[in-house]
Amino acid sequence: MVDLIAKTPMNGFVPLKLGNVTLSEMAAGPITSISPFNDTGKDLSAALKAAHGMAVPAANRSTGKASARAIWFGREQFILMGCEAVQGLANYAALTDQSDGWTIVELKGAGAADVLARVTPLDLRSHVFKKGHTARSDLMHMASSITRTGDNTFLITVFRSMAGTLLHDLQRAMEGVASRG
Amino acid sequence: MRVAGKGQIDQSTPISFTFDGIQYRGFVGDTVASALLANDIRLMARSFKYHRPRGVLTAGSEEPNALMTVGRDGATDPNVRATVQEIYEGLELRSQNAWPSLEYDVMAVNDLASPFLGAGFYYKTFMWPRAFWERVYEPIIRRAAGLGALSGEKQSDKYERAYAHCDVLVIGAGPAGLMAALKAAKSGADVILADEDSVMGGRLNSETFEVDGQTGADWAAGIVEQMREMDNVRLMTRTTVSGVYDQGTFGALERVNHHTSVRDGKAPLETFWRIVAKQSILAAGAIERPIAFQNNDRPGIMTAGAVRSYLNRWGVAPGKAITIFANNDDAHRTAMDMLAAGVHVAAVIDSRFNVQALGDYTLIKGAYVCGTKGRKGLETITVRTSTGTQSISTDCLAMSGGWNPTVHLTCHMNGRPTWREDIASFVPTEGTIPNMTVAGACNGDFSTHACLRAGLEAATKAVTALGKTPGEIDAPQSEDTAYKMEPLWAVPGKGRAWVDFQNDVLVKDVKQAAVENFRSVEHMKRYTTQGMATDQGKNSNVTALALLADATGRGIPETGTTTFRPPYSPIAMAAFGAGAEGKGFAPERKTTSHMATIEDGAPMMEAGLWYRPSYFPIKGEKTWRQSCDREVGYVRNAVGVCDVSTLGKIDIQGPDAAELLDFVYTNMFSSLKVGRVRYGLMLREDGYVMDDGTTARLSGTHFVMTTTTAAAGAVMRHLEFATQVLRPELDVRLMSVTEQWAQFAVAGPQSRELLNGLLDQTLDNETWPFMACGDVSISGVKGRLFRISYSGEHAYEIAVPARYGDSLFRTLTAKTTEMAGGPYGVEALNVLRIEKGFITHAEIHGRVTAFDIGMGRMISAKKDCIGKTMAARDGLLDEGRERLMGFKPVGAVKQLTAGAHLYNEGDEATAELDKGYLTSVAFSPTLGHFMALGFVRGGPERLGDRLRMVDYMRQIETIVEVCDPVFFDPKGERTRG
Repeated sequence: MVDLIAKTPMNGFVPLKLGNVTLSEMAAGPITSISPFNDTGKDLSAALKAAHGMAVPAANRSTGKASARAIWFGREQFILMGCEAVQGLANYAALTDQSDGWTIVELKGAGAADVLARVTPLDLRSHVFKKGHTARSDLMHMASSITRTGDNTFLITVFRSMAGTLLHDLQRAMEGVASRG
Repeated sequence: MRVAGKGQIDQSTPISFTFDGIQYRGFVGDTVASALLANDIRLMARSFKYHRPRGVLTAGSEEPNALMTVGRDGATDPNVRATVQEIYEGLELRSQNAWPSLEYDVMAVNDLASPFLGAGFYYKTFMWPRAFWERVYEPIIRRAAGLGALSGEKQSDKYERAYAHCDVLVIGAGPAGLMAALKAAKSGADVILADEDSVMGGRLNSETFEVDGQTGADWAAGIVEQMREMDNVRLMTRTTVSGVYDQGTFGALERVNHHTSVRDGKAPLETFWRIVAKQSILAAGAIERPIAFQNNDRPGIMTAGAVRSYLNRWGVAPGKAITIFANNDDAHRTAMDMLAAGVHVAAVIDSRFNVQALGDYTLIKGAYVCGTKGRKGLETITVRTSTGTQSISTDCLAMSGGWNPTVHLTCHMNGRPTWREDIASFVPTEGTIPNMTVAGACNGDFSTHACLRAGLEAATKAVTALGKTPGEIDAPQSEDTAYKMEPLWAVPGKGRAWVDFQNDVLVKDVKQAAVENFRSVEHMKRYTTQGMATDQGKNSNVTALALLADATGRGIPETGTTTFRPPYSPIAMAAFGAGAEGKGFAPERKTTSHMATIEDGAPMMEAGLWYRPSYFPIKGEKTWRQSCDREVGYVRNAVGVCDVSTLGKIDIQGPDAAELLDFVYTNMFSSLKVGRVRYGLMLREDGYVMDDGTTARLSGTHFVMTTTTAAAGAVMRHLEFATQVLRPELDVRLMSVTEQWAQFAVAGPQSRELLNGLLDQTLDNETWPFMACGDVSISGVKGRLFRISYSGEHAYEIAVPARYGDSLFRTLTAKTTEMAGGPYGVEALNVLRIEKGFITHAEIHGRVTAFDIGMGRMISAKKDCIGKTMAARDGLLDEGRERLMGFKPVGAVKQLTAGAHLYNEGDEATAELDKGYLTSVAFSPTLGHFMALGFVRGGPERLGDRLRMVDYMRQIETIVEVCDPVFFDPKGERTRG
C-alpha cells in the first residue's frame, strides 16, 4: 500500500508581503464547474439556492461569501468554490470537478489594484469593478479569473501548471508598486 | 551662471554630477542643461553629420542638440536629452558621437567637406560597386554619423508596463491643462492629468506672468495641491502621452526613476502606461520655432522662450551679453526678463519694421541676423539692416520665429492639421480624434488668459459628454496680450543655415530636394532626412515645409505636413516590452512531476508552453541516445512510466454528447460502449486532418476526449465553434480538465503487474481488456484508468487528481525501477511510436488528409462529420498524392534525417523531381537501424522501391527502401496481451 501525498499548486509557498500588498495561496476547498444544460437555468438557480444558499451568478458577477462562492467563469459556466456541489445539480447542469485544476491566490492590501494594473488591462477602479465583480482576462500572458472579494482584496486563478509564472509575474509587479512607496 | 535671487528651484542643497568625467555642481530641480549652463558650459554635443559643436537649443523634450549618454554597460541609456534629464547625486553623463573628445572631435573634418555632403550625397556617391554598400560604405558612414550607441549587453535596468483608466485624460499641465483638469475633477469626473515635466505648470514656470495676483508658478502649484487632495484625480508627472490609439486608448511613458540613482532591479526606470479614457483634453502647448540663418547652430544660440525658462525657472543666465532675434512681440519679453535680472542685453533684432521696444534696450528694426562667429561657442553675430551690416558681441542669442502648436497627438489617427494664416501655424483639425477636445496653445491660444479660458471650456465639453454637470469655476485674472508676428522662416543669403539641427539639414538641402523633383513633403523628408531621429522634426517641420512651399511655388497648406506617428518622443524598446523578457516571455506550464524529473537530472524540452523531460540520464551514459535506447528497452521488455498530463483532456457532458462526437470525429462514437475508449480522427472544415486522440465513454452522457499536446487549445476552440455556431441545438457542455488530472502512461509487458501492486483492485484481461476504461482507486484516492497504448505494448494510462501527481509519479518511478524498468522521456516515447507507425503533428502537419495517412476509411459512410464533404474532393483522393509510408536505409549511409526529401534513384535532386519527404526519424534499438515515417507520391504503390534521400541542410544522402509504416508487431499482439 502506498499513501499518496497531496500538494497544492504553489506547494509550501509562504505568503509574500511587499510594501502594503500580500500575496497568499488560498486553500479554496472543492471547486466544481457548473454549466447549465439547455433551458435549465431557472431550475438550476432554485436548486443552487436551496442547496448552497446562493444564486447563479450573472455574467461578470459572483455570489455567495468567503466560505463558499459561485463565480461566473465564462459563457454558460460558473464555478462553485469552497463546498462540494450537491449531486442533484447534475440534473440541470454539467458538473466537473476542478478542485485540482487551478492555482488560487489572494492579493490583498491597499496597493493590490495597482499591482494588478501592471498585469491585466481590466478597469479595476472600485466604482467600476466592485466587490463581487469578476472577470476572465489576461494576467500578463495567462488566461485568468479575477474577482474582487473585498475593498482591497482580489481572488485570482490561473491554470495549475502556471503557478510558477503567476508568482513570477505578480512578484515583479509587486516590487514595482512597493518601490514607489 | 546663476543669477542671484532668480529661479524657483531650491538652491540650498547642492548636487554633484559628472559630464565626460568632470565634476559639476547643481541643485535639486536642475536639469543637466540648466546645471551645465549655470557652470558656463555651452558645448554639450556634436551634430549628427558634420560633427558641429552644439549646445542646448531648447529647455524641453523637443531638444535636438544636447543628447548625451547616461549609465554604463547593461544600464547604458543613449540619446538622453540634457533638457529632460534631471540631475541627481552621482549622475554620470558622457558625450556621444565625438572622438577622441567633445572638444577635439576628428570627425569634424566632415564639416569642412560639407559642400560635398549635402542631401542625396550618399545616394549618388555610393551606388557603385553595388556590393560595396553593405560591406564597405554603410559601416563607414554609420561610424561617422550617428547618435549614441547601445552597449550591446543585456538590458539590466527594470522597465514596467501598466494600465490606467479614467473618465477624462488631460494631456499637459500648463494653464489650459490645469484649469481643464480642475474643472473636470470638480464636476465629479475621474481625471488623470499627465505632464512630461517634473513640475506641473508648463510655461507658467518659465514666465513672469501673474495669475490671480500670484506668480504663475505659485498659482500652478496651488492648483496642483488642490487636486492632490481629491480622490478622483491622478497626477502623473514626468509622463509623456506618446500616442493615441483606437477606442480612447493612449500610450504614455512615465520616467519613474531617471531622476534618482535607484537601480535595484525592483523599482522601474520607466513605466509604459496604456491609459483608457472616455474623454480626453489635449493641452500640449506649443514649441517655439527657430529661424534659419547662417551658422545659426552655434552653442549659445537658443530659442527665446528657452532663455526665459533658464532664467525664470532655474535662475540661470545662459550668457553675459544677450542678443535676441525675433519676428514677434513675445520674444521681446526675454529682453525684459533679462534686464530685470540685471543681465546685459546687447540688442534686440526684429525682422519687422512696425515694432516698439517694450523697455530700455536697443531695438534694431527691420533687421536680420545674417551670420555668427565662435567655433565652440557664440562670440559675435552679424546684423544686416537696409543700411548695411554690423557686428555685435554676444555669447547668447535668443531667437524666435513664432510658435508652433503641438498638434502631434491629434494626427495619430490619420488626421491632418489645419493651417491658420493669422498665426502662420498649423492647428488641430476638429474631430480627428474621437472624444478629444483641444485647448490652449496647442490650439493657437497664445495668451495665458485665453489658455485658462479654453481649459475651462474643454472641461465643460468633456464632462457634459460624460453626462455630468460642469462645476462652477471662473477663469482667473491674467495677461491677455495679442500674439503679434510676421512670418520669417529663413534669412536670405549665402552660407549654411540650419533648418533641422538634429539631422544637419540646411536650407539649401530643402531647396535641392525641390530642384531634384522631390517636391512632395514626404519625399523631401526622406531625401534630406529632415524630421527624422529623436526629435522627429518638432523644431524644424513647419520651417522645412514652408521653405519647400516657397521653393515649389505652392502655398503652405497645399504643401501639407508629413505624417505624425507615435511616439511623440522616444520610448525605449525595453519599456514597450517590459515584463515580457526572460521568464516573462511566455508562461511556463509545468507538470506535477516536474520537480521529481528535475531531481532525476532530466533535461527538459518545450512542448508548446509545457516542459517535458527529453530523457532520464543515468551514471555512465555519455549521449542522449544511450539513455533513450535504454528507456525504449524498459517499455519493450519490462515497464516504463511517462508523464502524459500535457495531452489535452476535455470533459464532454450532456444528452447530446455522443452526437457532438459523431459530428466532430470522422468515425462513430455514439456506438461506443460505456467503459470503453476509441481512437478518433478529427478534420478541419476544409477536409484536412486537424487532430487525433482517444475518447473514453464514462457514462451514457459523459465522455473524456484526449487531444495532442500541441493542439489542445485549437481543439477546444474547434469544439466551441461546433457547439456555438454549427450545432447550437445540441445539449452538450465542454470543460477543459487538462489541469485537473495528472496522467501517467504505464507501459510494458509488466505494466499490469505493477498496477496490481498499486491499485485497490486487481486488473485482468477479462475485466480490463485493451481499450477499457473506468474508475480505480489507489489507497482510497479516486482515479481513472485507461487501457490504451502509444507504444504498442500492453499499457495503461492512470489519472489522479493533480494534487497527487507528484506523489504518484515518484511511486511509479520507484516501482518501475524495482521491476527493471523506469521513467522514460519524450525521446523514447517518440521512438516507440515511430516503431509502431503512430502519427503525431509531424505527420498531421495541416496539409494532409485522412486518405494521405491511410485512414481514409475512418471517415464513416453512415453519418456526416465536419470536413467530410471537403475531404471527398477529387484531388484529395488522388492515388498519386504524397501518402504516409515507412522508410529504412539500404544505402551505404545508415542515417536518416527528418526533413530530408525523396527522389527516384538516378534522378537529380531538384524541386521538380521531388517525390516526398521524411517527417519523423529515429534509431530503433528494437530493430537495430534507423527508421522513418514520411510521405511519398503514390504511397503504397511504391512499397519496396528504393529512393534517393537527400538532406541539403545537413549534407546527408542515402538510399532508402519504402516499407510499411508499422515497423514493429504489425498484428498488435503485444498491445492486447
